[in-house]
Amino acid sequence: MKRRKVIEQTAKTIFTICAAIAILAVASITFYLVAKGIPAAREVGIGKLLFTTSWRPTAEEPSYGIFFIILSSLVSTFASIIIGVPIGLCTAVFLSEIADRITRSVVSSAVELLAAIPSVIYGLIGMMVLSPLMYRLEKAIFAGNETHQFTGGANLLAAVIVLAIMILPTVISVSASSLQAVNDSLRYASLALGATKMQTIWKVVVPAAKSGLLTGVVLGVGRALGEAMAINMVAGGAVNIPLPFNSVRTLTTQIVSEMGYAEGLHRRVLFTVGLVLYIFIMIVNFILLKARRRELNE
Amino acid sequence: MDNKHMADEVKMSVKNLDLYYGQKQALKNINMDIHRNAITALIGPSGCGKSTFLKTLNRMNDLIDNVRITGQVTLDGEDIFDRNMDVTMLRKRVGMVFQQPNPFPMSVYDNIAYGPRVHGIKNKAKLDEIVEESLRGAAIWDEVKDNLKKSALRLSGGQQQRICIARALATKPEVILMDEPTSALDPISTTKIEDLMEELKRQYTVVVVTHNMQQAVRVSDYTAFFLVGDMVEYGETKELFTYPKDKRTEDYITGRFG
Amino acid sequence: MSSTVKTKGRIADKLLMGLVLLSTSLSIILLLGIILFVFIKGASTVSLSFLTGVTSVLKGTVGIAGNILNTVLIIVITMIIATPIGIGSAIFLNEYAKKGVFVTVIEYATETLSGIPSIIFGLFGMMFFGNTLGLGYSLLTGGLTLILMVLPLITRNTQEALKSVPDSYRNGAVGLGSGKWHMIRTILIPSAMPGIITGVILAIGRIVGESAALLFTAGSAKGLPKAFSKIFEKIFQSGGTMTIQLYLSATSEGDFDTAFGIAVVLLVLVFVINFVTKWALRRRIN
Repeated sequence: MKRRKVIEQTAKTIFTICAAIAILAVASITFYLVAKGIPAAREVGIGKLLFTTSWRPTAEEPSYGIFFIILSSLVSTFASIIIGVPIGLCTAVFLSEIADRITRSVVSSAVELLAAIPSVIYGLIGMMVLSPLMYRLEKAIFAGNETHQFTGGANLLAAVIVLAIMILPTVISVSASSLQAVNDSLRYASLALGATKMQTIWKVVVPAAKSGLLTGVVLGVGRALGEAMAINMVAGGAVNIPLPFNSVRTLTTQIVSEMGYAEGLHRRVLFTVGLVLYIFIMIVNFILLKARRRELNE
Repeated sequence: MDNKHMADEVKMSVKNLDLYYGQKQALKNINMDIHRNAITALIGPSGCGKSTFLKTLNRMNDLIDNVRITGQVTLDGEDIFDRNMDVTMLRKRVGMVFQQPNPFPMSVYDNIAYGPRVHGIKNKAKLDEIVEESLRGAAIWDEVKDNLKKSALRLSGGQQQRICIARALATKPEVILMDEPTSALDPISTTKIEDLMEELKRQYTVVVVTHNMQQAVRVSDYTAFFLVGDMVEYGETKELFTYPKDKRTEDYITGRFG
Repeated sequence: MSSTVKTKGRIADKLLMGLVLLSTSLSIILLLGIILFVFIKGASTVSLSFLTGVTSVLKGTVGIAGNILNTVLIIVITMIIATPIGIGSAIFLNEYAKKGVFVTVIEYATETLSGIPSIIFGLFGMMFFGNTLGLGYSLLTGGLTLILMVLPLITRNTQEALKSVPDSYRNGAVGLGSGKWHMIRTILIPSAMPGIITGVILAIGRIVGESAALLFTAGSAKGLPKAFSKIFEKIFQSGGTMTIQLYLSATSEGDFDTAFGIAVVLLVLVFVINFVTKWALRRRIN
């Protein structure tokens, strides 16, 4: 009997440890980023780091201003949401409200496959399809312009398009399931009042699903903020003010493209960049948690 | 239509109506005249087709796959299945109240204004007027007039059902269909809704499905008894409950089955 | 006649319907376009020697065998460790834990973990496993890093599966006098197996497509070990997966033929994994 008790206790302890690993992981990631990122930020000067725009880590007199980098991350995320969410919502409406069973399974399989495509492939296709297109646009728009720095087609706009496509599957699947969760009695009530199907969808079903839809948007924001490889392949390589035809660096691409060779303070400042990204992601996670809770309460 | 207010005029007329779900026949050769400014009760055991019949009157059955309907239903002499009949306009004229109160997750005001808005009324003053009129019509104005911006989901079940009635009134319907409107409610709310139905019939034609025979006796002028897809008997309520012509009707109202 | 006659065409409705159909077809067109583009550009590169050989400037050969092996090794390293931890964690949450601060914190941590971008995992893996533990750029560093990333997937899927095991199974076993651990081993884990497998397949799919978390942890070497017996040593050496090689081919090496060749292989792989996951899910429902 005693042996059995020992076994039971051991099993329980092991399971508890397994569960605690998630906590340990989040705690150590936070700890490492803070421990590495904060001293470097102090060294540069937090105000100077966050609010100046000149990034010359390898110059004689190095400067580490990441304001444009932060701004580029926010602008590209925001713009991709503005493009991706309406398209995603419309597709979700089709899946949940309009499609018959067979069409629905075809479209949702396609969406799942889009989600499964590795980000480097999105980047590769972006390089081959978007960049030449962007370059032609750029040449047409800025012909004769003396101040514009030509990018060869790697620019913010390309990054935004790639991101908008990459967040689509997330937005579609979360939105479709929250639309499907809306009680049919609301649809019937609206139709019985003489509303058309489209009026019913946009005036009753979509508003009734709004907290679920919000969750989809927030997940999309997280995905866009954190995406690194694909946009690194299409956004170009210069720290710049985020204008559509400028080559830009975001928080993620800054790390991807410089961590390989950075040394000393430059390398440590890249951890600060990681910390800034982490803080943004934590804010997004927090909002997500709130949105989920609200969804459960409804 | 100068004889509009004649009590016995026929508002809707059903002729040789058959309804099939796939292969299964759910309504068999129904013939019935629904009278203006009267309450018609549809009674019968569950699964007898009374709700299906009700949903035929505003074509809510169109929403179900595999439904096939033959026969004729007219509203003021117009065939509701006619190709030129706009189903949204039909449903504006023939409103519906459901078994479970189903207010939209929005404010009381927006719930009531929903119907008028989808039918194109945008003027704020006009909407205000309709909202008040409808809420008064559903005898709930006094309870919600100070809280029109409050979410309708925050109200009690009985209040929610009256909001749903007010919402149906707001499109200015001519006929109101009610599908067991009190079955989910407590006795006090039920009494309120029944009193309200008495009020409603002055202006509207009311058709109500109920499985509560006392309710049919209390509120209705005409009663139709349904049994497995057949309309067994139809007549004035007093007549039907006192001198049922069919043995099956008698069995049902004396509680021998169902 | 009267107001019931059809009002001809509601323009707003038609417009919205048009937008809905347009958006939906966009997803389909994108998918088909990507598949078509990748296969047209890359199919001719893929051959037996491409899959089984190694790129060498001296011999003039192009091949991704090394990258394939590295991908497989990272999957093995990651899953060998992540699977038991994920299952254990799910068992704790579902079978032992009582609602309280500890459970809330674990659930919040799991949720947070699944929202952290892979580049952050990469940074952490590089610092902790690479520097602090001294593992450097190696498949092991990469694999250990990915454990953190796939853990939530396995935990969540196992938890779902455990939740669907009826309580009568648990009570039955305990009623027969078996201990809790015995019950978990003989009843719960077998019943939850389809869910666990789904989680594992999803995790493998994630690893196959991952790149940002591996760039600074597993490194980019593309060679094969000299002999089969050296595979174990390979674990402690740098090795780039297929995605990493694709990235490098497309950017610093400018070798788009290889990049598209790898893209073809990756697409086939992730699509197969997707179908297997679906099949596993369907079996779970039946």
